[in-house]
Amino acid sequence: MSIWEYANPKRFMEWTAPVVPWAFGIAGVLTLGGLFWGFFLTPEADKFGSTVKIIYLHVPAALMAINAWFMMLVASLIWVIRRHHVSALAARAAAPVGMVMTVIALVTGAIWGMPTWGTYWVWDPRLTSFMILFLFYLGYIALWEAIDDPDTAADLTSVLCIVGSIFAILSRYAVRFWNQGLHQGTSVPVVTGGRTISDVYFWPLVACMVGFGVLFIALVLMRTRTEIRVRRIRALAARAARA
Amino acid sequence: MIALLLRDLRLSIRAGGGFGLGLAFFLIVVVLVPFGVGPDRAVLTPIAPGILWVAALLAALLSLDRIFALDFEDGSLPLLATAPIPLEGVALVKAVSHWITTGLPLTFAAPLLGFFLNMAPEAYLWLLASLALGTPALSMIGTFGAALTVGLRRGGLLLSLLVLPLYIPTLIFGAEAVRRGADATGAIAPLMLSGAITLGCLALLPFATAATLRINLR
Amino acid sequence: MLQVTDLRCARGGVPVLERISFTLQPGDALILRGPNGVGKTTLLRTLAGLQPALSGTYDYAEGAGAYASHADGIKLALTVRENLTFWAQVHGRSVPDSAYDTFDLGDLRDRMAGTLSAGQKRRVGLARLAVIGRRVLFLDEPTVSLDGFSVRMFADWMRDHHLGQGGCAVIATHIDLGLDAPTLDLTPHIAAADADGGSDEAFL
Repeated sequence: MSIWEYANPKRFMEWTAPVVPWAFGIAGVLTLGGLFWGFFLTPEADKFGSTVKIIYLHVPAALMAINAWFMMLVASLIWVIRRHHVSALAARAAAPVGMVMTVIALVTGAIWGMPTWGTYWVWDPRLTSFMILFLFYLGYIALWEAIDDPDTAADLTSVLCIVGSIFAILSRYAVRFWNQGLHQGTSVPVVTGGRTISDVYFWPLVACMVGFGVLFIALVLMRTRTEIRVRRIRALAARAARA
Repeated sequence: MIALLLRDLRLSIRAGGGFGLGLAFFLIVVVLVPFGVGPDRAVLTPIAPGILWVAALLAALLSLDRIFALDFEDGSLPLLATAPIPLEGVALVKAVSHWITTGLPLTFAAPLLGFFLNMAPEAYLWLLASLALGTPALSMIGTFGAALTVGLRRGGLLLSLLVLPLYIPTLIFGAEAVRRGADATGAIAPLMLSGAITLGCLALLPFATAATLRINLR
Repeated sequence: MLQVTDLRCARGGVPVLERISFTLQPGDALILRGPNGVGKTTLLRTLAGLQPALSGTYDYAEGAGAYASHADGIKLALTVRENLTFWAQVHGRSVPDSAYDTFDLGDLRDRMAGTLSAGQKRRVGLARLAVIGRRVLFLDEPTVSLDGFSVRMFADWMRDHHLGQGGCAVIATHIDLGLDAPTLDLTPHIAAADADGGSDEAFL
């Protein structure tokens, strides 16, 4: 049996029904546990004081903001190449979640920026890139909303997502070229395997990151299920109108 | 394809708006800026390159929704789609004619307006070069955006929302080239990057635009 | 020249017509009939290659087909001559003087299309068909807003110049063109309510 059979809307509804509550449960335990651990059970950093603890929200949200767009890109490509409806709907479902994550990352960053840098906002490359990402989410969602025919909307938003991804990457490097910035380097560089923060902060952060990841999956599954139901109602209404 | 280009140019001259409106808008934005930030030359000189680039970008945005909308309304678009020209070629021609009617005049008008903003004398040549290299990318990207929103009733506003984020790299490299040109800190690199974006858009975007048109004609 | 086999087409992702088969030889025309909304436009657009068929095949020589609807791609800011010349050039041809005479446009040649009446504009749109030199025409209500005289003019062109010289045409129309052509009533071909193949099918 091919993996694509799970992408059939009916099969998708079947196998996601039991998964969604579990995903929310795991996400809740990990996120709340990680946040509690991070906020109350870790020592205060000498340099930053308690303000540093906002990383337990800031870093996971920023991580998911980017990964949500990446997931939308993959889903769009799957729709364009293999035309699985669930894929297009999952991309649509992920966009608002990704946008909210971007907003969380921007807002927590601004709150953190005040005590650390003395300003809520600087045109630092990372901050600016996130602002641009937010604009891309906005355009993508607006295009979905503007088109009536669901398949046309799926096609056009997929093209926008693919082209937009190229320009998003271009923007990221353009912005670096434009301003060198204040933002610290990444806290958990995956590629090098090293890390720039100590263990005592690291593990609650991992819990939060995984928690946000699972939360994202849970939200996207739930929203995709809603989108599938909307399409089903639409399909039934269209048939009923002709009968 | 030459016939299509000539027809579009003739239409934009006859129907008005093509050359004139974009340029007038450019002029007005540039005139408004000193009212906003004050007449102090010490303020105006450093921001002049950025203002000119942003104003040129907005002026190019102004006429985007007409690129395909008129042909869509009078039925030319499906006829062009079944004509022996590839839709990719149609997309390219549309972008070129948009550039000739907006990007090109803006490029030549910009140094004149730089004068009003007390731009540094060293920057003029860089302004001309960066606009000449960067505005074709604006037209290409804009044509893509116009194709995305062609069937929509209120596509104009959405078009701006979709296109402006895509304009960011072009704007950054273009304005950076002029700024660096003004204080002589190596304007060649951003200029070349801006040209690279234009060439990349020229090579790839007609395919995306044509695919988008096919979807919208379905 | 045009062969259609068991074609099924959809509008807005819902199947509207099915089991459509016919063959046209050079010189043949086919008149499509059926109530509004039955799918005449959908069928013509599908045949012209503007939208994909759900299933079935249609076959004609590559680059021989042309589609025309009530929106005829005439630019109001160009003269009649400029409009026709443009479409001819796009198809790699030029405009013969006879095209103006056939559609009684001789005096209107240098008038702006924007100053023409609806019927005159329609005639320019039909003259476009004469200058692009396509052999297989898919026409959607070609005679809308034409007076009786112009309808006969169009029918004469269709019979003598297009069909008479080995072209063929599928025409959706409500009026009698006086052509010696078979009629295809689309009503029996309306897709069943439970027909499969729509883009929404996976959701049912």
